[in-house]
Amino acid sequence: ISTLVVAEHEGGCIKASSVNAVEAAKLLGHDNSITVLLAGSGPSLERAASSASSCHPSVSKVLVAHSDRFTHSLAEPWARLIQLVQQSGGYSHVVAASGSFGKNIVPRAAALLDVSPVTDVTQISEPLQFVRPIYAGNALCTVRYTGAEPCLLTIRSTSFPVDLQETGSKSNDAPISRVDLSTFEEESIGKSRYMKLTSQDTERPDLGNARVVVTGGRGLKSAENFKMIEKLAEKLGGAVGATRAAVDAGFVPNDLQVGQTGKIVAPELYMAFGVSGAIQHIAGMRDSKVIVAVNKDSDAPIFQVADYGLVGDLFEVIPELIEKLPDKK
Amino acid sequence: MKIMVAIKRVVDYAVKIRVKPDKSGVETQNVKMSMNPFCEIALEEALRIKESGIASEVVAVSMGPSHCIDTIRTGLAMGADRGIHVEYLNALYPLSVAKLLKALVDVEKPGLLILGKQAIDDDCNQTGQMIAGLLKWPQGTFASKVVLDMEKQSAIVDREVDGGIETLCLDLPAVITTDLRLNQPRYATLPNIMKAKSKAIKKYTPQDLNVDIRRDLEVVHVTEPPKRKAGVMLSSVNELIDKLKNEARII
Repeated sequence: ISTLVVAEHEGGCIKASSVNAVEAAKLLGHDNSITVLLAGSGPSLERAASSASSCHPSVSKVLVAHSDRFTHSLAEPWARLIQLVQQSGGYSHVVAASGSFGKNIVPRAAALLDVSPVTDVTQISEPLQFVRPIYAGNALCTVRYTGAEPCLLTIRSTSFPVDLQETGSKSNDAPISRVDLSTFEEESIGKSRYMKLTSQDTERPDLGNARVVVTGGRGLKSAENFKMIEKLAEKLGGAVGATRAAVDAGFVPNDLQVGQTGKIVAPELYMAFGVSGAIQHIAGMRDSKVIVAVNKDSDAPIFQVADYGLVGDLFEVIPELIEKLPDKK
Repeated sequence: MKIMVAIKRVVDYAVKIRVKPDKSGVETQNVKMSMNPFCEIALEEALRIKESGIASEVVAVSMGPSHCIDTIRTGLAMGADRGIHVEYLNALYPLSVAKLLKALVDVEKPGLLILGKQAIDDDCNQTGQMIAGLLKWPQGTFASKVVLDMEKQSAIVDREVDGGIETLCLDLPAVITTDLRLNQPRYATLPNIMKAKSKAIKKYTPQDLNVDIRRDLEVVHVTEPPKRKAGVMLSSVNELIDKLKNEARII
């Protein structure tokens, strides 16, 4: 087996979710040579390449594609890049994290390679056998890939946690080389152009990778009240999440949405306030280690998945928690 | 301009699904089936574009057994002008769907192809990206806003991505896949349901379209997810803090 991990980078560093993809690649088999592919332009790409070469002891090689065409992760050039690199390297597997980047690009690359991709994998049972949730996580489907090489996967990063001690203990500087882009052109490139990214910059940890997530639902009643959730998250050093109902009511922007159609999270501690527990929402957080639910409705379905439930008025409970919780060192 | 929309028949989103005892899949017999919610949004967007005068025709395509005709009729009742049914009785994976759609695009020559970002049954989230790749068209996936500029022959698409909204400009023809916030789909009115009965639905088979249906995936089994063990109900914030500190050891 040989695996190409299609990685993202940000601020000169390989993204944590891409390191999860390396971890997933490691689980594909013992004799697996893992190559990480990065693309973009400028000095931050060089820094990202060196961060990728030592991000995980299983990485045996880093490939870098230098071109402005990859700066904005457009699907058209990226899918073509994966096709090109796959064809010259003959990898048996191609893996990417199942974020908006991987979801957008991997299926397109699969079509160019004329193979069926397997998306949103949560478990690797054999080199070609995978488990993926269907029906918003209400069933788990085990599928076997029986087609020609390569087998393309996107993996749910929270299902492949990286053992930090393992990755930290062994310094491994995998060699870095450049992708030959001399035969790169393709007809669809240039037909899509990046215009802008409207993002919310916060100092809180990223929702997808936070140790603690504090989520508010419709029960918060207003954007103003939602600040209580932010304050509690700050106290716990955690990220803020929201339900679809809270997003639709305009309390918070949609990038905070946790659920099947939003982010899938699996923190050590998930605290849900005023969240009823719609199946779509539960699909996005059911793998959290400890779930706490506070709701004034004792029949709310969220209590069926909570380790600790508290029936009460969140407008009293949250301030009390903020007051009584120890400060995060 | 003609718009083609792909619609899928799935277990209704409000149904609590049951895994079959033999683990071969999810029970779909005697279960309410509906149009996939993301496909409804795709069709709604196409209809709005047509109503704004930019498009002249909306064609709704569905694939699968003959029951799919019901879903196409729903689409026609919402306002699609014509239907296309590709009849196939076995499982169709996204790569085959994309190939069939490509063959239909070659026949129909639409200027825009709109699909739901994913179906709520298999949650694949693949078909739109794959058809765009096969056609070599640009793609705007997970769209929360679409603005067409016919003078420039382009579409400005806002996409819901991790960390915010990305805006792209795509040359037409293009493929767009819809996210939930794009629009609120309409209900079919009774007069339109009646009218839909006389609208044409053309039938094809994969053979007619010269598409070889390949099976490169095999479902080994489908199981229920592990249940979380029942938790405890607490009576006070103090008790909660105590549990988090001393039992879960998380704070």
